[in-house]
Amino acid sequence: MTKNKAKAKQGADFIEKCPTGIRGLDEITKGGLPRGRPTLICGGAGAGKTLFAMEFLMRGAMDYGEPGVFMTFEETPEDLAKNFISLGFDFHEMIAQGLIATDHVSIARSEIEETGEYDLEGLFIRLGSAIDSIGAKRVVLDTIEALFSELPNATILRAELRRLFHWLKDRGVTAVVTGEKGDKTLTRYGLEEYVADCVIFLDFRIVEQIATRRLRIIKYRGSFHGPDEYPFLIDERGLSILPITSLGLDYPVSTERISTGVPKLDAMLGGKGFYRGSTILVSGTTGTGKTSLSTTFADAACLRGERCLYFAFEESPRQIIRNMGSIGMDLKRWVNKGLLKFYSARPSLYGLEMHLVTFHKVIDAFKPQIFIVDPISNLVNVGTASEVKSILTRLIDYLKMQKISTLLTDLSHFGSSLEGTSEEISSLIDTWLLLRDIELNGERNRGLYILKSRGMPHSNQIQEFLLSNQGIDLIDIYTGSGEVLTGSARAAQDAKEKASELTRQHEVDRKFRDQERKRKALEAKIAALRAELDAESEELHLMAEEERRRRSGLADNRLEMAHLRKGGTSAARRSARKRSGKGD
Amino acid sequence: MKAVSPGKGKKAKAGSTEEIWNLRLYVAGQTPKSITALANLKKICEEHLAGKYNIEVIDLLEKPQLAKGDQIIAVPTLVRKLPEPLKKIIGDLANTERVLVGLDIRSGSG
Repeated sequence: MTKNKAKAKQGADFIEKCPTGIRGLDEITKGGLPRGRPTLICGGAGAGKTLFAMEFLMRGAMDYGEPGVFMTFEETPEDLAKNFISLGFDFHEMIAQGLIATDHVSIARSEIEETGEYDLEGLFIRLGSAIDSIGAKRVVLDTIEALFSELPNATILRAELRRLFHWLKDRGVTAVVTGEKGDKTLTRYGLEEYVADCVIFLDFRIVEQIATRRLRIIKYRGSFHGPDEYPFLIDERGLSILPITSLGLDYPVSTERISTGVPKLDAMLGGKGFYRGSTILVSGTTGTGKTSLSTTFADAACLRGERCLYFAFEESPRQIIRNMGSIGMDLKRWVNKGLLKFYSARPSLYGLEMHLVTFHKVIDAFKPQIFIVDPISNLVNVGTASEVKSILTRLIDYLKMQKISTLLTDLSHFGSSLEGTSEEISSLIDTWLLLRDIELNGERNRGLYILKSRGMPHSNQIQEFLLSNQGIDLIDIYTGSGEVLTGSARAAQDAKEKASELTRQHEVDRKFRDQERKRKALEAKIAALRAELDAESEELHLMAEEERRRRSGLADNRLEMAHLRKGGTSAARRSARKRSGKGD
Repeated sequence: MKAVSPGKGKKAKAGSTEEIWNLRLYVAGQTPKSITALANLKKICEEHLAGKYNIEVIDLLEKPQLAKGDQIIAVPTLVRKLPEPLKKIIGDLANTERVLVGLDIRSGSG
């Protein structure tokens, strides 16, 4: 609690605190009980007052080097020793080492007569000598109210109690005073009147047959404290208080992405998978593959060498390992390697708080990177919806603080809205995957889609979720022609589409061929016409030649004739001969 | 601690047997209350238990560890160690009647 010391130095008025060592309490009280002052612990019978006091004392002696005096007004020293030992403390050894001193104050009303004036100096002296004997820094008075029933003169007693609390302050010891709950008052004899600095109320109640313990700080003068009722529980290690509501939203965030274990699902989540430290909810009706998806995620984590904690509320670890073997996953090796730890319990085994504390205890001990609860919906059975939400909020906040990625599965019920079942916790969820049945054509198939995923692009497609002996696979669902098909219907549709595709292809080919043929025919035609044209023009040439020849022949003949007729010049004869010779 | 030796006294007229009354007075320092208590006790003893009583005064400021043994929380406290059973009277013993009842002296003498 060096932090508190630092704070105390900053301002002289700041209350110095004395860490109790009780799990969770020092967080809600921001450091512990007011040092050097008495604190009243009140509550009904069996609320855990004595245990609180004992743990305060023992932790002080063991963990903070502050010896303590336990003054009991109720229990015999033998019973007290047994109680301490049951908490796992070596009581006798601690007494021998001078860490603990006890004093049992017992007065039998029957053997006491009261005459005249007296005071309780004897009690002060006993307490003082016990404190001095071990140099105690902590004192427990359990339950000083017993004096009221044993000493007839309440006026003297009240005056002396007031003096006692002043005296305790003067001695500078941090005291825990227990008091039985009264009808209308916090304590039967109004001890809260004397202890003005810090009052803590312990409550033990049964709601729907399930016992829950609550702790509330009614008053803490000069210090901030969480105002809520905090569930706590008593186990073999003492008290555990669950303070996590006050954590707030300032947890660290990571941009690191981790694989879901299903490549196709990673692709749907922006290609990279979940954010590390995010909270993932997988919801779906029974038999939609929630556990398979969870274990695949766990398997992928272990493959990366990360530690994974798996809380199973439905199945035993062996059964999960066996079942996941059927989809080609060998979880046994991770268990053997110590990377994967299963924790199985029936949800109804104990109350909600106990579960939460169990989570905390196991998480603290195992320090996982991945935390899976399968399923959380079973916890609803042991608490009301608001309790579950509060517990989960605390758990999730805590996990986020630790940067632990969390996967929760949620069993939705048939007939109810899939998205609605978990709306109480939806705001806590970063990535929400929905697994659902798609019933069509006498088949039931699994579909997966992403309902939300904060901070990353994600697919809006429903994917068919297939489980095979190779693990999980996602297949694009058939969504053409305005309907959704899965399973064999999808396969049939695929085949049908392929066939019609083929037909269309053939059709096109045929058209191409037709056209080619046409083109060829046309070209042939063109060639024929051109040939005809050529033939015609040839003929034309011949005709023209013939004509010319005929004409020149005619002219020659005419000249010849004229020559012959007139006996013209030799030159004219010569050229005429030449011409005719050529033409021949 | 100071012990008051048993008074001489005559034979007990009250007790049927020759028992010794072993009384212990716990005080915390010489406060007016403790002085008054001792004076009252001596007076009562002399009157009713002459010759067969023994008073031991324990100052808890000097011997605080003794408070535990007799379960003392109030001072002054008078403890009747003998005859049994143990009896305790708290206060300055101002009310003689109640002291006598508390010590069971009155019942025997009638």
